[in-house]
Amino acid sequence: MSADGKITPSSLSIKDLHWQIDWNKDTCTLCGQCTAVCPVKAIELGVFRKRHVETPMGLSGKVTNRFSIFYGIRQKSEPKHACIGCAMCSQVCPNDAIIPRRSDEADKQRYHMDQGGQPMKRGGRRKAEGPGILDRIKFTRISMLTDPALDAGRHEFEIKTLLGRVLPPKEQIQRHLKGEWAPPVREIYPLVIGGMSFGALSPTMWEGLQMGVTYLNEEMGMPVRICTGEGGCPPRLLRSEFLKYTILQVASGYFGWDEIIHAIPEMKVDPCAIEIKYGQGAKPGDGGLLMWHKVNKLIAAIRGVPTGVSLPSPPTHQTQYSIEESVAKMIQSMSMAWGFRVPVYPKISASSTSLAVLNNLTRNPYAACLAIDGEDGGTGAAYNVSMNHMGHPIASSLRDCYKTLVEIGMENELPLAAGGGIGKNGNLAANAASLIMLGASMVQTGKYVMQAAAGCVGSESDRCNVCNLGICPKGITSQDPRLYRRLDPEHVAQRVVDMYVSFDTELKKIIAPLGRSTSLPIGMSDALGIDDRDAAERLDIKYMV
Amino acid sequence: MCRLFAITSEDPVSPMVALEALDVMREGHDGSGVGLFLRDLGGPFESMKDAPILSGIFTEAGLRRLDVKMMEKGFITKYKISFKLDKTPPSGVPKRDVYLIRAYEYPDDWEEWSWERKQTELTTIRLELRAMGEEKKDMIVFSFWPDVIMIKEIGDPLTVGRYLKLGANDIQARIVMAQGRQNTNYAINLYACHPFFVQGFSTMTNGENTAFIPIREFLQKRGFEGYMGFNSDSEVFTHILHYMQKELGLGMEFYKHIITPLAGDALASHANADLLTLLKQSCRRLIIDGPNCVIGSLPDHSLFMVQDRKKLRPGVIGGRPGIFAYSSEICGLDAAIPDRDKSKDFQPMYLDTAIVGPDRQEVQICRQTERLHLPH
Ligand code: SF4
Ligand code: SF4
Repeated sequence: MSADGKITPSSLSIKDLHWQIDWNKDTCTLCGQCTAVCPVKAIELGVFRKRHVETPMGLSGKVTNRFSIFYGIRQKSEPKHACIGCAMCSQVCPNDAIIPRRSDEADKQRYHMDQGGQPMKRGGRRKAEGPGILDRIKFTRISMLTDPALDAGRHEFEIKTLLGRVLPPKEQIQRHLKGEWAPPVREIYPLVIGGMSFGALSPTMWEGLQMGVTYLNEEMGMPVRICTGEGGCPPRLLRSEFLKYTILQVASGYFGWDEIIHAIPEMKVDPCAIEIKYGQGAKPGDGGLLMWHKVNKLIAAIRGVPTGVSLPSPPTHQTQYSIEESVAKMIQSMSMAWGFRVPVYPKISASSTSLAVLNNLTRNPYAACLAIDGEDGGTGAAYNVSMNHMGHPIASSLRDCYKTLVEIGMENELPLAAGGGIGKNGNLAANAASLIMLGASMVQTGKYVMQAAAGCVGSESDRCNVCNLGICPKGITSQDPRLYRRLDPEHVAQRVVDMYVSFDTELKKIIAPLGRSTSLPIGMSDALGIDDRDAAERLDIKYMV
Repeated sequence: MCRLFAITSEDPVSPMVALEALDVMREGHDGSGVGLFLRDLGGPFESMKDAPILSGIFTEAGLRRLDVKMMEKGFITKYKISFKLDKTPPSGVPKRDVYLIRAYEYPDDWEEWSWERKQTELTTIRLELRAMGEEKKDMIVFSFWPDVIMIKEIGDPLTVGRYLKLGANDIQARIVMAQGRQNTNYAINLYACHPFFVQGFSTMTNGENTAFIPIREFLQKRGFEGYMGFNSDSEVFTHILHYMQKELGLGMEFYKHIITPLAGDALASHANADLLTLLKQSCRRLIIDGPNCVIGSLPDHSLFMVQDRKKLRPGVIGGRPGIFAYSSEICGLDAAIPDRDKSKDFQPMYLDTAIVGPDRQEVQICRQTERLHLPH
């Protein structure tokens, strides 16, 4: 800052920022790649003046000054250019001369992220580091001590689950013998790629995910399903036979549904299911949000909207006067649209009111599932305050719902899908297995897929998370061709396959020692333990120390 | 692990036959307890096939309470077995006041009742007595059913058999199932001891049922009071059998399809693939996950054996027309029926349901891949 510079309330020093750039003059070649790649223009070419004081030996000579100029990297300190720690600069630097470092104390930047009265928005997950409840659950009922254990590598396993309303046995048999209609039920892999829209994700990311899922189905025999999120579905996919691997999501903005409905007569196959989104764990009570930066021609066409406008979905479906009525109406009309051949289910954010929705669904014979999304779920764009402070943990919400179903004897009839932060600390299989044993028929994950399959660098401690701005440095959540060309769909597909195949092995490594292989251990809560008495009591699992 | 032995014979046999067979397999069980299920009785019970028989263990006070209760209900004792016991039980066997096996005359008003109604009432009474006993710890009730006797006790099977003088008294049966071990995964409790019984169905199992909790949760809400207890993870095998036959109206050939359903191509290419797929879905909570060998007795006097999906437990059937035995090990079979054609011994594999029918002429094998007789 110059000597006569003004200080405004939001004038920050680099010290006040969350991320500070370490730059090494000795190794920097001044190639300029870091400044070019930086998504938020946090760094720029710096021209520095240096004074050298030259003092001769002895008493006679005069002290002289020599001035020189050198070039380097300068970090900006305005909030809008604050470094996000993405480390793309490090990634592109040929000499490893630059790296972001986290401030050694709580930053001051956080008090200034509301310039112009606009509260901070971002992507990613709730800010919360360290192991969560799911990471602390252990599998303690090792049956190999009393009986020969199964071999995860050798024995036959059936890792599949059901999505759809399952009739009670007697009714099922009777309807079958009489040739009557029965609700559609899909046999799918219990790890579902949760709703991430075309629009929130870049075209290359979407394509990569779809290719990966198709490969898993057709080459690996794993019936993996992927949900579109609320953003419609590309017309060619709608008319292709791969639609059967896709769960179409409808949410309160109804984006893309004009196209979808019109495509029904031309569909070669039915979609796997229809998910009606009522809420999202990351931001309960808030609708979807696609910010204008990302609404280009392609996205606008698929969604049926003009370009360059922000697309906030309303917090609720406009048809909704009461959740009962809305759920009933929407499930009914969606079922009808596909001739009652496609399972239709709502997705809600976990909440202390989840049970009300569940109870309602138990009385609706067309409800195919209840998907519950916990507070640790990710999002492409939301208000920071909603992400950090709204919501309910998935474990207890799911457990309450499952126990309610057991109480009324319907735990096999209405499957529960759990999502929200699964694998957030890297423990994808362990988290999924815990939720399954707490009562989930399947789990949904989105953010983990972005991390594993596309190298997303976002974190729960304020790294990157600029998914909302269309400047994703990895090309995952951007609609800018210069950025999304960084992501090769083939590579994403390969990573999706890697991720699923290793998940499958890990899941077997968990359930085999518990003596389970022929059916998914849904509700096998006697296998679980945790070192926290209150959590154990709340989840009705064993307390162990 | 425990050892199992069962026999079905045209001529009534003493339960000691089964206990001796268990004894030769003693390396495979820890001798911590014994359970016996006897059906199609001989001896004095031959002439009272319809009379419900109460089996259990009572204290003197419990017996008095029982008498009052049964009197209230209008049941009159028709016949009872008297056990003449030594003063002190052998080591490892607890001292009991009364081992009770008592046949009753139905109350007068029951005579008009259908068999269906009688079954329901008999079950209710058994459960009522069991609850009374649990309250005061003075009675343990194993079964209350016509033509069925059950005996269970802690201790070495053969020692218990000799102590109760099972070889000398009047107890004889054409079907005997015996198991040699207390359930040790859970607390010691005679109700956790195999075989289990509900409304004419009985099974015993070795191995662990790892899917116990979800199965129990499902059964508890089927609206039948007999699905209770759950003192052992294996008790649910009996309940599932009962549920399948009585509630769903499915025959024995469906049992494997419920507890160990086919998967993949085997299911898709089955002649009844549609029904079996639906059944697998709606009975998903009843899938057992082994390792288990299940031996069971049906009301029509057939005796069956099935194995888990991976066939992780031993089990062999052998005999000759008129007499067949089921055993965990061949040495048990050799002890009970030495003079048989051993080349015809059969070890059911993961797709098989092996049944010896009431005529006891042959072992019928029903493979899970075969076409089914559909229910109506
Ligand atoms: S870490 Fe990312 S935001 Fe920060 S300077 Fe480097 S490229 Fe820019
Ligand atoms: S890498 Fe892309 S997707 Fe990941 S947090 Fe950053 S902007 Fe979001």
